[in-house]
Amino acid sequence: MVEQGEIRVVRCGGSTINYRKAIFTLDSKYLLCTSGDMVKVYSTATEECVHVLQGHTNLVTGIALNPTNHLQVYSCSMDGTIKLWDFTDNILIKTFTVGYKLLALYTSKAHEGCVFVIIPKENDEALDSFQLVAVRLPKSSDQEVAATELSFVLNDVSQLPKCTSYGREGEFVASVKGLHLTVYFFRNQKTYRLSLNATPKKGANNIFTCVACHPKEDCIATGHEDGKIRLWRNFNRKKEYTHSTHHWHHSAVNDLSFTPEGTNLLSGGIESVLVQWRYGEETKKDFLPRLGAAIAHISTSPEGSLYCTSHSDNKITIIQSNLRVSAVIQGLVKGDNIKTDLMIDPRTKALVLNGKPGHLQFYSLQHDKQLYNLDIVQQEYINQSGLHQFDVVKAAFDAQGSWLATVEERKEKLADLEIQLKIWVYKDEMQSFVLNTTITSPHEDHITALCFCNTNETTMLVTTGRDGRFKAWVLGDDSDIYLEWSVGLNVILLQLDPLSENVAAFSCAAENSDLFVFRPNEPRPVYLQKNICQGSVQRAVFTPRDVPEENCSESSQWLNRSQLYFLTRDMDLMTFSTKTEEDRLTSSSKQLLIEENVPVTPFYLLLGKHRQAKLDAENGTLAAQVQLPQGSVAIKELLQTPAHVLPSATFLCTMFVNSLLISKDGKSEVPEEAEEEMESEKEEDETSDQEMDSQHKVKPEYFVEELVPKLSKKEERDLKRVRKTDYSWLCPFYGKLP
Amino acid sequence: MGEFKVHRVRFFDFMPSGIRCMAFNSKADRLALARLDGSVEIFNFSNNYFQEKVIPGNDSRSIEAICWVGCDRLFTAGLNGEVVEYDLERLCPKYTLDAFGGPIWTAACNSEETHFAFGCEDGSVKLFEILPDKIQFERNLDRQKGHSVQRILVDRGPAGTRNKDCVVWNVAFLSDYTIVSGDSAGKVQLWDANKGTLIKTHLVSKWDVLSLSVSENEDSIVAGTSEGTVVQFQLLSPKIGDTETQWVRTRTFKHHTHDVRAVTETRTAVVSGGLDTQLVICPLMDKVEVKSSESVLRKVIFPHRSLVSCAKKPSLLLFQFPDQLELWRLGGTDTIGKPGESLPVTRKPEKLLQLKRKGDDHICCSTISECGHWIAYSTVSSIRLYQLQCDNNNISITKVSKLPKVLRSAHQLQFSADSSKLFVASEQATIHVISVSRSECKHVHTFKPKSDVFLPTGSSAPVHLLAASADGQWLTSANRHCEINVYNLKKLKHHCMVPVYNSLPSAMAIHPETNNLLVTHADQQMFEFGIVDKQYTDWSRKLQKEGLHRCRLKWGTPVTHITFNPQAPSQVILHDMHMFCIIDQSLPLDGLKAQFYSQLTPKDTSETDKPRKNNALKICNKYQPLLHVNLLEDDWLVVVERPLIDIHSQLPAPVRQKKFGT
Repeated sequence: MVEQGEIRVVRCGGSTINYRKAIFTLDSKYLLCTSGDMVKVYSTATEECVHVLQGHTNLVTGIALNPTNHLQVYSCSMDGTIKLWDFTDNILIKTFTVGYKLLALYTSKAHEGCVFVIIPKENDEALDSFQLVAVRLPKSSDQEVAATELSFVLNDVSQLPKCTSYGREGEFVASVKGLHLTVYFFRNQKTYRLSLNATPKKGANNIFTCVACHPKEDCIATGHEDGKIRLWRNFNRKKEYTHSTHHWHHSAVNDLSFTPEGTNLLSGGIESVLVQWRYGEETKKDFLPRLGAAIAHISTSPEGSLYCTSHSDNKITIIQSNLRVSAVIQGLVKGDNIKTDLMIDPRTKALVLNGKPGHLQFYSLQHDKQLYNLDIVQQEYINQSGLHQFDVVKAAFDAQGSWLATVEERKEKLADLEIQLKIWVYKDEMQSFVLNTTITSPHEDHITALCFCNTNETTMLVTTGRDGRFKAWVLGDDSDIYLEWSVGLNVILLQLDPLSENVAAFSCAAENSDLFVFRPNEPRPVYLQKNICQGSVQRAVFTPRDVPEENCSESSQWLNRSQLYFLTRDMDLMTFSTKTEEDRLTSSSKQLLIEENVPVTPFYLLLGKHRQAKLDAENGTLAAQVQLPQGSVAIKELLQTPAHVLPSATFLCTMFVNSLLISKDGKSEVPEEAEEEMESEKEEDETSDQEMDSQHKVKPEYFVEELVPKLSKKEERDLKRVRKTDYSWLCPFYGKLP
Repeated sequence: MGEFKVHRVRFFDFMPSGIRCMAFNSKADRLALARLDGSVEIFNFSNNYFQEKVIPGNDSRSIEAICWVGCDRLFTAGLNGEVVEYDLERLCPKYTLDAFGGPIWTAACNSEETHFAFGCEDGSVKLFEILPDKIQFERNLDRQKGHSVQRILVDRGPAGTRNKDCVVWNVAFLSDYTIVSGDSAGKVQLWDANKGTLIKTHLVSKWDVLSLSVSENEDSIVAGTSEGTVVQFQLLSPKIGDTETQWVRTRTFKHHTHDVRAVTETRTAVVSGGLDTQLVICPLMDKVEVKSSESVLRKVIFPHRSLVSCAKKPSLLLFQFPDQLELWRLGGTDTIGKPGESLPVTRKPEKLLQLKRKGDDHICCSTISECGHWIAYSTVSSIRLYQLQCDNNNISITKVSKLPKVLRSAHQLQFSADSSKLFVASEQATIHVISVSRSECKHVHTFKPKSDVFLPTGSSAPVHLLAASADGQWLTSANRHCEINVYNLKKLKHHCMVPVYNSLPSAMAIHPETNNLLVTHADQQMFEFGIVDKQYTDWSRKLQKEGLHRCRLKWGTPVTHITFNPQAPSQVILHDMHMFCIIDQSLPLDGLKAQFYSQLTPKDTSETDKPRKNNALKICNKYQPLLHVNLLEDDWLVVVERPLIDIHSQLPAPVRQKKFGT
């Protein structure tokens, strides 16, 4: 049974993975990247998200490997804490509270026990002045430590992490801002400030955009607004510093990175081309073109075999050092404008919206993963400002998800509007939509809406255009529309839940958005939430839940069948949840427990499985034989006692085998039955739901004892529901059970 | 003030010759530069990069290598197989010597300055000993006989150019036994001379690396390429504080459009020159201590002297080319327009005369008399005087055959204002006064120089500037030791000497009414000297105290001509390559910092802008680049321009380069 919580706005995935540079672990097996309030750990080989490190309560702004222990990673966040994680086991080791908003994080081997962060001056971002400070991490065994020992390193730095870089063996730090390059030597505590000319001559723009330091030599590479890369040497002199200029990028260099041995320099920009410069022979360059979107960050793996580029379309490309793409981790593509509405593909239950230019993306909300991209325009996208290209503006599915209609437009100044209507059919054998029909110029002017209507076997498509016509490609029907009630509200978005009568209305007033959920037949809203996000809500959609939730309180009932997702002004995908914060966190990330810290062995797996099964059993779904409470204590003791004082293995074995036998008691067939009932359950009305909820309030033990002999359909449903519910929150209490 | 009708002359097809090679003498701080036409120019770097001396070329001479010995000995060697030493005072070859190895391609002098080596066409290297007054053949290092210590093979270029032969255009030998080579495959390679192994290859160009130069303390190498780029390499330590060093390619300069045939590095700048005829002095900001004239990029395109003479009354212009003179009559118009309007030309400018020089030597100076009846020019070997008769459209020219015997060669020629006398500044530093008339040509007097500085040969420095007063009483001369002498032509004796200012005079003129001498120097300073009073005028003192506006100093090219406005005697018109300016001596000086109002557009002269008119300095940079500005009668101003684009169009096409976006 889920603990009832307030309905809150939460991030639900689809978050940016390109906000900060991704980092490779030392063995290049994993790639770590920031993602909203979390840090995601991806496998570089399979592109799968292995872990999500959750615990920060605000945006994570920087991650860096612990230079003294390569299995640990530091992360810093706007919530003012630095957390140390064990990313292989997804364990939060320590939390250091700094108390300032942290904007970037650097570690350096030369500075042990110390990390460097960028903080706003006087903790006020509005001042637009930032400082690089060293934070001494106190050596304490506590999990939460306050790190208050800050020492100032550089003043007036850029808040962007790529504008600061640590030089050879952490001897100096280089930071760029505007037209100045500042180099600070830790050894003699001297600062050198090198400046460039501001006067734009022949289209030159000398403003620095990024900096990277050579790992072995004293050379600093800087990128500039006009696409130039400068290599600075001898920068510890007032005058005799020297720089060489290399120019390939036609617009700003977004990021620079040296390979670990310093043999190559990688650069990227809006051209979506990764350029590999040979250090020392900069006239020789290698290119990896057609990366899909502008390169935002570049990083290299510590042993140099892999590079990775983060792109502006929320994608991370993993590239081998011979410049071959080996993997692509694609997040929810965030375009400039969602011209198609948020839609749900009836077949996959995936969210469908504009993706890459000219594409529709299918994004699985359940798995927080992009399923696939459908190329609608089927034309090469040319990255050039001022060039008008075809873009998908409208799309619609029919109810079964077997037909898809899309509209693409291209409008060039002074030229005629070009519109294409495309009909796609789902092919089972290809598991994808295949272009069926293309209709050029279906309307004289912009198409304002299109929808499918399938009353019978034939599918009909209706389009309305700004040319004042409406065309039914097959005849459609109509329905009576009458006004029942009205409320004066600045509604910007109205969304209908397909599985219930609920309607969600978003209104925007004074920079904040409010949500009203109501049923059309009564003027009183079912649910009301103020200030769900900053700015106006762009798009919203109800998605049917795989498994309906059991919320009994009146205000959260509307979330039972479907989940409401919405896109904020900042293109963040948010949803509503009833689970409490701890709930959400404990469900996936575990606190530092002794048991959890034990490496995964077959033994552990067996025990774990056993315990999980026991949990289910104990929550009163089955009238199975009650597990001896001593069992768990024994396991605990077993794991805590040193091996040399333990009884012999044979003795343990029998105990272990015994425990296995007990847990095996027939329960595997139950979920099967429950699943069969799923469809019918969905048709049931709300009143029955309420009844069930009230039943659940009954004390569980009692409930179990009474209903053991015969399991009604209802109970089977309940059982299924309970089984699906997450009980991991019980873990900490488990050991205390008698 | 300052409303003129302007003749905008663009028919002077002056074409500077491409730069072939150069040598920098750090002891004298002078750069010697040889052009493709065989002329040699010497720039004084400590004196605002002024073009101090020009040794006119010769058709039979082509220079491939140029070399300094000591402070003041200059040698060139060329494809005619001859080694030439120059007399840097008389500005002519001192002697020539055949190296007997066919055309000479390269020359070098050892650091002790005792021996010369010349690389010849036949593959031999000729060693010459340097003696105080000549050089003497010592030995011949033949291809066969010579004992080569190492043999280094330069590989061919990158893929695609492998079938082309690779030519090593240039080598440099460093004191740490590193050999630097530049070749036709665009590589700059560093070799270990002891082992004969390659240390590092830098691919700097798709085309040839044509020139190399090593800085004096051997921490920097510059290479010039066919693309017009100059690439700098610096000896840097990869880790700060480390003693291990390596050559790193650092800066790239792109100031040329064509082959960079010559580069050299001074203490504070990279100097490059090439087929696009310009000399570029690009300052190395890390070596320049203070922001001064040293920290400005300079391009020298035109000579720092006037190549145009003007006969005011008949509106004639005489253009001096190395091999000919051209006489043009200016066009005219009948219409009267408003300020700012361009008037239609009703009478076209007319080329009256094209006078080819005789002999191989190039013309070094020329002049036309005020009345337009006399033309004189001089080469290194002879002076010629021509009488011009112009009745209606018939032009007849007669050479004055009997010139006085004293006239051999001139550094400067000048007619008196009434055209009755010709002043000849001879190569012996004397000034001959010749009276010219239709009947005869007679030597009147020779002014012996009165100088404090004497050359080792016992004579004084030759005169490079002459100015005669309008009333025919005064003659002033300036020599390359910055001495300005004033002579009285009536009494035929030395009048006085202007106090020596430590910068070469670049132009001078005597005011027609006050007889004050106005001198501008290479460092942009201007002085007015009262000849009668033998002292600087009050205006000059005030000018020195307050200074002219800094706009005047912006460009840094020397003033090449000064003239006066007969309508408004207080106005002085002077010009350099970038602008001409009018200085009104009756108006208050505005100082260095005052707000400057441009006099460019006619609307500035409207009634509302009255206070603005009260500055002494008016600048016009509408016409660029300027070769000559002079005032004719009736408020006509003649402006001779030579657009750079015309020069570029006459150059051969540069090597093809891919340009982004095309």
